[in-house]
Amino acid sequence: MSDNLKTALFDLHVKLGAKIVPFAGYDMPVQYPLGVLAEHNHTRQNAGLFDVSHMGQAVLTAANADVNIAEAFEKLVPASLINLAENRTRYSLLMADNGCILDDLMITRLGEDENGCQRLYLVVNAGCKHVDFEHIGQQLSGIATLEILDRALIALQGPKAAQILALHVPQVATQPFMSISHVDFDGTDLVIARCGYTGEDGFEISIANDQAIEFANLLLEHDEVEAIGLGARDSLRLEVGLCLYGHDIDTTTNPVEADLLWAINKRRRQEGGFIGADIVLQQIEQGANRKRVGILPEGRAPAREHTEIYSKSGQKIGEITSGGFGPTFGGPIAMGYVDIEFTSIGTEVDLMVRGKARPAKIAAMPFVPQNYYKP
Amino acid sequence: MSKFYTEDHEYAFIDGDIATIGVSHHAQDQLGDVVFVELPEKGTTFEKGDEIAVVESVKAASEVYTAVAGEVIEVNSLLEDAPETVNAGAETVGWFIKIKMSNTADTEGLLDETAYQTHIAD
Repeated sequence: MSDNLKTALFDLHVKLGAKIVPFAGYDMPVQYPLGVLAEHNHTRQNAGLFDVSHMGQAVLTAANADVNIAEAFEKLVPASLINLAENRTRYSLLMADNGCILDDLMITRLGEDENGCQRLYLVVNAGCKHVDFEHIGQQLSGIATLEILDRALIALQGPKAAQILALHVPQVATQPFMSISHVDFDGTDLVIARCGYTGEDGFEISIANDQAIEFANLLLEHDEVEAIGLGARDSLRLEVGLCLYGHDIDTTTNPVEADLLWAINKRRRQEGGFIGADIVLQQIEQGANRKRVGILPEGRAPAREHTEIYSKSGQKIGEITSGGFGPTFGGPIAMGYVDIEFTSIGTEVDLMVRGKARPAKIAAMPFVPQNYYKP
Repeated sequence: MSKFYTEDHEYAFIDGDIATIGVSHHAQDQLGDVVFVELPEKGTTFEKGDEIAVVESVKAASEVYTAVAGEVIEVNSLLEDAPETVNAGAETVGWFIKIKMSNTADTEGLLDETAYQTHIAD
């Protein structure tokens, strides 16, 4: 028996024949008997069910009714939150003093609690959750309290996700992208977010641990739904150009280099007021020395993380941070950082794969179009 | 033809002094979907235990070593455009290279089919 933690869905993974691997301190399914390629394609064409219960969920509640929780949390992240409506979700970054990224996260404004205190619902990465929660608790000590939720999180992703979930929870059919709904499902309380990490329409459903397997089985009974492992989750997100924390972004990359400026609106760029803002605003002003870009290797050989990138004149200009095979794209794809003068789309570069220079081009992301819900 | 395997799941199927080299059915199952195979050029010579190929699956890259020494007389060109052939028939149509053995005694110490099946069952 491993010492790793198990999510509430672990027994289901085993029953479904998953290959289990250690991931962020948990025993997680990397693939099911279907295999990574078929799981990837199934999610793009139908709907995939993912166990993402290892991620951190928490509710941040203002210490009293006078605290503006959005304003308080803006100190930690560069997102604009003061205008975030109830039940709406925003992607943002937990910032470090050096202007780099402690984690990326989803922030949703909940309704006030029974004492009139404002609340936010946070979902953070599994590998960072303990550090994140400690950081948030320290930064907002006396201003807000953080309650870590021990709940399962089930993602249903793909073009058929909405029609399947709506068979059980009709109101999700028209739920806006980047919003949550609270649902009483036969006495079980569900928090259903319309968002995801595959580039497809879909949902992340927060549910009590002891109800998780039953609910997952309810969805898996549909022919359109297959269980999908971490392997396909990675190729799905890479195809649509989404960052994986600890690889494409970390405590050595800032939001300007990471090409995540879209997550910092005009007011926050002007006012700053978040941890590391001095450095980020200076980077915006002066421009970064390097930038995260898409990379398309020529031929069929994938270029993996840490592959060195060279200019055609033989100078090292960067490194791949995520790379592999894009099943929907139909060839190898990658992202990584290159020096700023080599970031134009179409720039020819060489990737050093097993000691051999292999030609590649800087390319626009996403590699496969995102397919989010638009009413 | 005699079938030999290494503990690391490569095979050498030997007919006279010609060895057909590839990865076992068990190996392709462990690798998952194969998306690229880097093969050596015809005419290259290898010592026993040399790296002869790299298999890229959707998950990772894995090196493949030869169980016997000799010269590459044929490479499976099918794998260039259809690397998934390795998954479809690792020990049949999905072979990697054919080697003209420089030492037919190289098979000593390799596992026969029964021993290999026992090895992967452990």
